[in-house]
Amino acid sequence: MSEPTAADTEAPEAAPSQEASAIPEPPPAPSRLHETGVALAMYLGCIVVALFISAVIVAATGGSWPAVFSALLDGSLRAQGRWGETIGIAVPLVVVALGTAVNSRAGLVNIGQEGQLMMGTAFAAYVGVRMAGFGPLAVVCLLLAGILGGAIWAGIASGLLYWRRVPEVLTTLLLITVAIQASGYGLKVEWLLLAPFREDRAVRNQVSEQLADDTRIPRIELWGNEFPITAVAVVVMAVAVLVLFRRSLWGFRMKMLGHNARTAQRAGVSSVKYGTWAMLISGGCAGLAGAFMFAGGDFGNYRFTPGFSNNIGWEGLLVALVARQHPVGIVVMAFGFAGLRAGSGFLAATGVEREISQVVLALLVLSLLVPPALLFIRDRRRALAATRART
Amino acid sequence: MADKPAAGAEVPAVRLASITKQFGAIVACDHVDLTLHRGRIHGILGENGAGKSTLMKVLIGLVLPDGGTIEVDGEACQIRDPHDAAERGIGMVHQHFSLVDPLTVWENVMLGDTGRFDAAAARRRVAEISERYGLGVDADARVGDLTAGFRQRVEIIKCLRRDPSILIFDEPTSVLTPAESDRLFEVLRQAVQEENRAVALVSHKLDEILHATDEITIMRTGAVVARMDTASADAPALARAMVGREVSLRSEASALGLMAELAAAAGDDSDDGDGDDTGGGDGDEAEGRTPVLRLRDVTTKGPDGRISLDGLSLDVFSREIVGVAGVEGNGQTALTDLLSSLLAVEAGTVEVDGARVAPNRPGAMGRAGVAVIPEDRHASGCVLEMSVAENLFLVDLKRMASRGFYDPALMRQEADRLISEFEIQTAGADAPFWSLSGGNQQRVVLARELSYAPKVLVAAQPTHGLDVGAIEWMTDRLRQVADSGVGVLLISSELEEILHLSDRIVVLFKGQINGEMSRGEVDMEELGLLMGGADAADPADPVPA
Repeated sequence: MSEPTAADTEAPEAAPSQEASAIPEPPPAPSRLHETGVALAMYLGCIVVALFISAVIVAATGGSWPAVFSALLDGSLRAQGRWGETIGIAVPLVVVALGTAVNSRAGLVNIGQEGQLMMGTAFAAYVGVRMAGFGPLAVVCLLLAGILGGAIWAGIASGLLYWRRVPEVLTTLLLITVAIQASGYGLKVEWLLLAPFREDRAVRNQVSEQLADDTRIPRIELWGNEFPITAVAVVVMAVAVLVLFRRSLWGFRMKMLGHNARTAQRAGVSSVKYGTWAMLISGGCAGLAGAFMFAGGDFGNYRFTPGFSNNIGWEGLLVALVARQHPVGIVVMAFGFAGLRAGSGFLAATGVEREISQVVLALLVLSLLVPPALLFIRDRRRALAATRART
Repeated sequence: MADKPAAGAEVPAVRLASITKQFGAIVACDHVDLTLHRGRIHGILGENGAGKSTLMKVLIGLVLPDGGTIEVDGEACQIRDPHDAAERGIGMVHQHFSLVDPLTVWENVMLGDTGRFDAAAARRRVAEISERYGLGVDADARVGDLTAGFRQRVEIIKCLRRDPSILIFDEPTSVLTPAESDRLFEVLRQAVQEENRAVALVSHKLDEILHATDEITIMRTGAVVARMDTASADAPALARAMVGREVSLRSEASALGLMAELAAAAGDDSDDGDGDDTGGGDGDEAEGRTPVLRLRDVTTKGPDGRISLDGLSLDVFSREIVGVAGVEGNGQTALTDLLSSLLAVEAGTVEVDGARVAPNRPGAMGRAGVAVIPEDRHASGCVLEMSVAENLFLVDLKRMASRGFYDPALMRQEADRLISEFEIQTAGADAPFWSLSGGNQQRVVLARELSYAPKVLVAAQPTHGLDVGAIEWMTDRLRQVADSGVGVLLISSELEEILHLSDRIVVLFKGQINGEMSRGEVDMEELGLLMGGADAADPADPVPA
């Protein structure tokens, strides 16, 4: 509806209204089971469509589409040791996405996970490398250092938000660049992160010392697959976040704040306190993800380098969006995204042009992005229709 | 009336035939016919949500009807937007103003014009209209400095400048003092009689419809239920037609907008107590007791840095309803925000039950025992996206919790109890809050606010936008709440509501209390003067200590 004047939107008695008697009965609340079914069907439908379009594109450019899909499956699951690899990639994605779910719930937008992850890794590397010989204690310390690094980086953004009203979207984004430069500097000087010069290091290489054997996160071996034990930890974390969201006063207040800050203030929820906590947790999670990557062994061979984050921060943010901030959805989606990442390594062998295989991957990511967008629009429509009809 | 034969012989100025408009499942207008004649004021009466506003928006081009025909001066036409309407000589004065505060009157009047414009000519035009209708508006005054009554006159000038032959007024008196309302009706009468314009006056108040119109169309739930000449109409018949059942003018006077009934009822109360004792609100009884809410010299600033409350002092005692009367925009919003922990005080103190409270600490007022039914419940009274049950416990979920975790089963059980106690119509405790109707949303807010045994209840425009049934329910509840020992602060721009409920009335003007009267000594004339800013009779002692 296009209603041109301001006067109209201000008129509270827009059209029909609030007669309890005029509305015979409120619309039935859709059952949760039904809702989940609809959502699942949407995801399935979109993936099928994306696969179909991919097949058409591959076939049209002279490739073999069964070979492409088979390579993706091989790379992510079927081939020897591949699902372990996929799990290893999924671990930091879950952690980043869980943090993102927390700040989204409080109504804040953090898009700087990539930078927070870099800072977390840098902190973890600084502590971890210096604590060689301390065993599990060193692992705990480097993980805490990772959390601290990420939390500080997100904390700068929340500090500026509540002190000077600087939008957190901007600060978190721009702080990524600062994080990359700062950690890059750290990798240039030996008193911070740069490994001491030895034969195995080229003079101009920016690389940290390798993490000592005893300070690495233990890995599980299962049917020829290998992954760090943090895989179990992140599932526990996801459940914990789910319980916090569903059952705790803390999660309830976060939700209130995210939806209506004025009501929250009235009801005793301080936006500064809860908002700051949300940002610190979100940044801390991104930092922890970096520490997991560094000490877990799936990324960078236990060494910190300038490109270490490898877009895991961005992808984790994407996972949270695609999963609509639902902890269980995050675990599932992180596994899916990790699978695509692991599988893409096998695509080169199919002889399909690299550009084409990139399009296939992009289409599959897109297919996961469409359902949440549609669900969001549907929810909004419902709410709008209801408020328009009644207010 | 006097010029009736002339009007009857002409082609009607506007003829709406069988207008239908549906919003989703709700029919706002159901085959509505309406005819406006030149030289006559046509009253359109109905409760909130009866479809009056939608019908007028169809006429002004803000809403496109689903069906029906429009004839202007006998010529069938379509009105697609307000420009179409303006070209056909239809102008509307909206209930809510769209004026730019920092600009002057003539600048506001010229806003939206395109092409070259001549400031001197514009000024002259404003002055000319102002003089012809005796509006007394200074073309060079800054709109931000004007009172609500004068702002409305600026809106009227904006509308009259285009010399419309058909004028629509949507609830024009909601921001006016009684004297200003009378003045407005004089202007209308002049525009109709001397210039042969047609006027449609939309209202839900019986008094002004009876007082100011020539003929009346009454709407209920989207349809026309009655048409009559004002000369042959009386209040009981109108009320019956509007509400659709037999109503007692006495007990529902506030919902129907009958000022005279209210003033009389207030007078009776002081004579014989009128049956039940409504509480110990009288000034002398309150002597020596600690007020449950005490504001002393409270000054607050709005977001734009302007003073919104200016050294306001106010006491509310337990078991009484204190009505804060006043024209909208004199600090009502700031007062509600302050008591909702949404605003900091620049100076002065707020005490609840004798203990000082820092109002802007999150939740401080609520913890101290101040419950609030906010003016705009969507802004600070609820979370639309959360469930009904969750909204019932927004403020004190702690009751449902141990060690930081709450029990959803217990919460739902408690919610079901409140839902049945407060007769909230909902699909269930888990239904999203936005699925409720306005009246039911308001019940949820009230149920929640009362559930934590408050000492003070602040009700800001509690019946705004509700239908007569819901208004009755709400006013009964407020009375019960006061009788149960709570101090009620009723902030309303509806004088009828204030008169109906209050034991004591204070007048808010420019952020200060500008006089006070008890229920027994209500003097309508003085009340109107105080609302308009006249000095209180005894300015030395506006509030008894």
